[in-house]
Amino acid sequence: MANKLIVSPSPHVQSTQSTSSIMRDVVIALLPALVVSVVVFGASVLFVTALSIAACVLFEYLIQKFVVKGGCTINNWSAVVTGLLLAFNLPASIPWWIVVIGAFVAIGVAKMTFGGLGKNPFNPALVGRVFLLIAYPVQMTSFPAVANDNLDALSGATPLAAVKFGASAGELPMTDLLLGNMPGSLGEVAAAALILGFIYLLWRKVITWHIPVTVLATMAVFAFVVALARGGDAALLWQFPLFHVLAGGAMLGAIFMATDYATSPMTTKGCVIFAVGIGLITMCIRLWGAYPEGMSFAILIMNAVVPLINKYIKPKRFGVK
Amino acid sequence: MKTFPIGGVHPQENKLSRAKAIEVLPLPEVVQIPLGQHIGAPATAIVAKGDKVLTGQKIAEATGFMSANIHSPISGTVQSVDMQLNGQGLRQMMITIKREGDEWVETIDRSTEIKRACELDSAAIIAAIKEAGIVGMGGATFPTQVKLSIPPGKKAECLIINGVECEPYLTSDHRTMLELGEEMLIGVEILMKAIGVEKAYVGIENNKPDAIAHLTKLAADFKGVEIVPLKVMYPQGGEKQLITAITGRQVPPPPALPIDVGAVVCNASTTYAVYRAVQKNMPLIERVVTITGKGLKEPKNLLTRMGTPISALIEAAGGLPEDAGKVINGGPMMGRAMINLDSPVTKGCSGITVMSGKDAERKEIGQCMKCAKCVTACPMGLEPYWLAKMAKKQNWEAMEEQMITSCIECGCCQSTCPAYLPLLDWVRLGKQTVMGLIRARMAAQAPKK
Amino acid sequence: MEVLLYTILTLCVLGVLAAVILYFVAQKFKVVEDPRIDDVEKMLPGANCGGCGFAGCRGLSEALVKNDDISSLYCPVGGGETMKAVAAYLGKAAAEKEPQTATVRCGGSCEKRARTNKYDGAKSCAVAASLYVGETGCAFGCLGYGDCVAVCNFDAIQINPATGLPEVDADKCTACGACVKACPKLVIELRKKWPKNRAVYVSCVSKDKGAQVMKACKAGCIACGKCEKVCAFGAITVENNLAYIDPLKCKLCRKCVNECPTGAITLVGMEPLPKVAKAAPAAKKSEAAEAAPKQAEGRPTIALKETGNNPLVLVNKKKAVMESKAATSVAGAVVELKESGKNPLILVRGKKA
Repeated sequence: MANKLIVSPSPHVQSTQSTSSIMRDVVIALLPALVVSVVVFGASVLFVTALSIAACVLFEYLIQKFVVKGGCTINNWSAVVTGLLLAFNLPASIPWWIVVIGAFVAIGVAKMTFGGLGKNPFNPALVGRVFLLIAYPVQMTSFPAVANDNLDALSGATPLAAVKFGASAGELPMTDLLLGNMPGSLGEVAAAALILGFIYLLWRKVITWHIPVTVLATMAVFAFVVALARGGDAALLWQFPLFHVLAGGAMLGAIFMATDYATSPMTTKGCVIFAVGIGLITMCIRLWGAYPEGMSFAILIMNAVVPLINKYIKPKRFGVK
Repeated sequence: MKTFPIGGVHPQENKLSRAKAIEVLPLPEVVQIPLGQHIGAPATAIVAKGDKVLTGQKIAEATGFMSANIHSPISGTVQSVDMQLNGQGLRQMMITIKREGDEWVETIDRSTEIKRACELDSAAIIAAIKEAGIVGMGGATFPTQVKLSIPPGKKAECLIINGVECEPYLTSDHRTMLELGEEMLIGVEILMKAIGVEKAYVGIENNKPDAIAHLTKLAADFKGVEIVPLKVMYPQGGEKQLITAITGRQVPPPPALPIDVGAVVCNASTTYAVYRAVQKNMPLIERVVTITGKGLKEPKNLLTRMGTPISALIEAAGGLPEDAGKVINGGPMMGRAMINLDSPVTKGCSGITVMSGKDAERKEIGQCMKCAKCVTACPMGLEPYWLAKMAKKQNWEAMEEQMITSCIECGCCQSTCPAYLPLLDWVRLGKQTVMGLIRARMAAQAPKK
Repeated sequence: MEVLLYTILTLCVLGVLAAVILYFVAQKFKVVEDPRIDDVEKMLPGANCGGCGFAGCRGLSEALVKNDDISSLYCPVGGGETMKAVAAYLGKAAAEKEPQTATVRCGGSCEKRARTNKYDGAKSCAVAASLYVGETGCAFGCLGYGDCVAVCNFDAIQINPATGLPEVDADKCTACGACVKACPKLVIELRKKWPKNRAVYVSCVSKDKGAQVMKACKAGCIACGKCEKVCAFGAITVENNLAYIDPLKCKLCRKCVNECPTGAITLVGMEPLPKVAKAAPAAKKSEAAEAAPKQAEGRPTIALKETGNNPLVLVNKKKAVMESKAATSVAGAVVELKESGKNPLILVRGKKA
């Protein structure tokens, strides 16, 4: 035998998954929603998405090359995922320079200042989005009308905003929420496409069902209780929860943002607590806050709680009652 | 289908030799017998250079309670009793014997005739097992007579036979159960008598349907013996996981033992060895060893005498492949990589796995992204990512607090890590250090009392 | 105007209120501590390396202030002068200690010690040491994954990529002992620090028998005992197949350095002794070569180093007898030339000589 024997401690088998394969799977899972978005809002979606991804990857590369000086990690696809998620949180009509600023905040501030992948306490794409929302509220909330505009009444206002400012949830066709036939940020419009991505991620064992299902269930239950308290009719009791689960960033946030590895708890029990928190805060902001949508704030707030959850919520130890 | 409740992974099974009947490996010319091939004190040699020994003759005696006898696997002349290199390149006391023919000790019954009736009482059975030098053959090498001697105040409620063989590649227990099933079940009966229980479970993973079917048929004739098919999940062959899978009870954290939940666990090959020891007066001088690996021409299950050089097994399987990188004593999840292929087969060696090419090398280490896959996979409910970090920082107190001593070193965490971090390397170091600190603390407290 | 007045008034009241609360809280939770502890801590180097045995400089300061007898306390980083200053401040007697420096006692560089396998685990000496012998055949020497480098707070120890061994920068080393504790192979020792960082030490910790050492490493100590004999100060002892130079007895006379057949005795910061004794045999080489076939006068002195079934006999061949691979028989044993050169080593194998 020509080679020297290799020695290492056990185990001698390694995972077939890798960081980059996981990140690629997330990108694949996001593609259906991207396709729907292009159909609904037109080609400008592709421009925003491509720009956001390119800017994120470029900022990560530049920061690693000139500022932090370490191994180059852009080939692990994590910056691509951040870029894609950031784009999904922007309106299709956003000016290009705002996208670049968002990418800079996401990668430069929220990710790399903490040491890069796995060390960031807050979801980078959401930090980017919230920064833009506060800095450029007008551009961030003027949504283009859908391309096949047959819902004149809702042009330019998201369903959540419409409900917030007077409309009844029951007035909105649920099929449009499912298929993305409504204004909104470019990735959040088609609940069905996002669920497709969710199923793909579950099948590929990238995420578990706990966080998304708990977030959405919490929101539905909360909405149901509110509807009950408001004394709505029987139809509203199911329409109101369903509307809140399908509308706005609920699906995108629950499936793709709240499940971000670095910013979610390490134990299943912790994940459930985290997800319930997100659901509650989202609903509170939606119903009683100043903004029509609360998902991104809710996730960021709960991100801040994650270290505490990790410290106090330990996995179920074997043999300990 | 039953399995254990926390964690676990399902690595590729790769049971290449599952359909290969047990073959007898030709006798080696020279054997090396390490005096320490079990947990506890190494045995004391009772032969010296130049002595003639017969096959099955005792050549080293148990030193104290936690130790095991060792018998000569061949007949011949003792060449030396000195320090020789073991598989890890470290020097260890070994008896070297050069073979001359194959003359057996007369009292050993070498016939294959099955002897069912056993008149011995519990104490006599345990004495026979002790005399035969039987230790846990699944890899843990815990002296069997110690396991069977129920400490005062404790009571055994059931016997569990470990036929899980959850390690990828290995098939020695599988073949033993399939080909020597009846003998093994008589062994189960003997063990039940030894510890005074009415109920025995044989846990077998569902990837061995032939063994399950065969033993279920045979077990109809054995009162109180139940064959339990288990869902395929690593590390189900771990003692604690198996007890939980079968009885639903969880062994509390160390220093608690399986007997604290009323269970005694014994490996399938060990049970067969018990049958031979008690019914045939046969000491533990040979065992089935799986020689396997994707690059090997002929993966096999070989009935091998103890002390045979590993290289002889590799030759029997067609020699080391050109791109062989790693030779593992055991399976790929918990086996130890070797550098000295002339080192001997020992009582705990259930297989030799040869990893070739890319499989043999670890992939490039990435960055932890807190995916929590290690936490989910840990069958003991620990947090490997955190323990590994603390081990690097040498924060031993924090590790002890977070129950590092519960770690069974199964490797689930590391084998599931998408960043290929050497989690278990660090966790194991932490566990060893913490155990050392605990022992030192106990030693310091002992004289004060 | 009124608004402004009220604002200022409110703020003032709030400020006073807060100050009063703070004062009482501070009084309540006041920790009474000897002010000298702070002073002593300021005098210490503040490296918090733990070299004194305490968790940090604060711990040592407390001990220094509280204990009457401080002779057992010592800050290796600050050294004698710091300790004297502290002792003078506290009016106690300072511990006197020779300055020390960490010394890596392994010469098994990549070149001298062949790698026999490839380690692929976590890059940590502690992990590798608990797994197996290491990448070379030597079970005692440096593993080279730099656990010592990782624990050094002073950037005083670095792995030299050419040799694969750690090297201590004696100017930076404070002898805190962190690397000594970190090394699982116990290769590093704190030795007396001579002026100009001079040092003579046995650069090997292998307790293997001579033949085994030679098989694994060309720079190992084979316990031939030459150095022990030549040392005029009784500083060298050979125990467990290993020579050791007592740093407190050694006077840096360097005689042993030239005696060592494998070069295991390392000399730092000094020229080796002029090779008076050695130059002669070198010159006599041709003579010796001539004498070799005769096997008459030049018969080497033979010392039996080990008995057993494979005895190792070392032949001290001052007069150089055999130049080629000539084997001869001495006292019934086969003598073989293992290394030639100015200090040849001859191995005699065979039955009990």
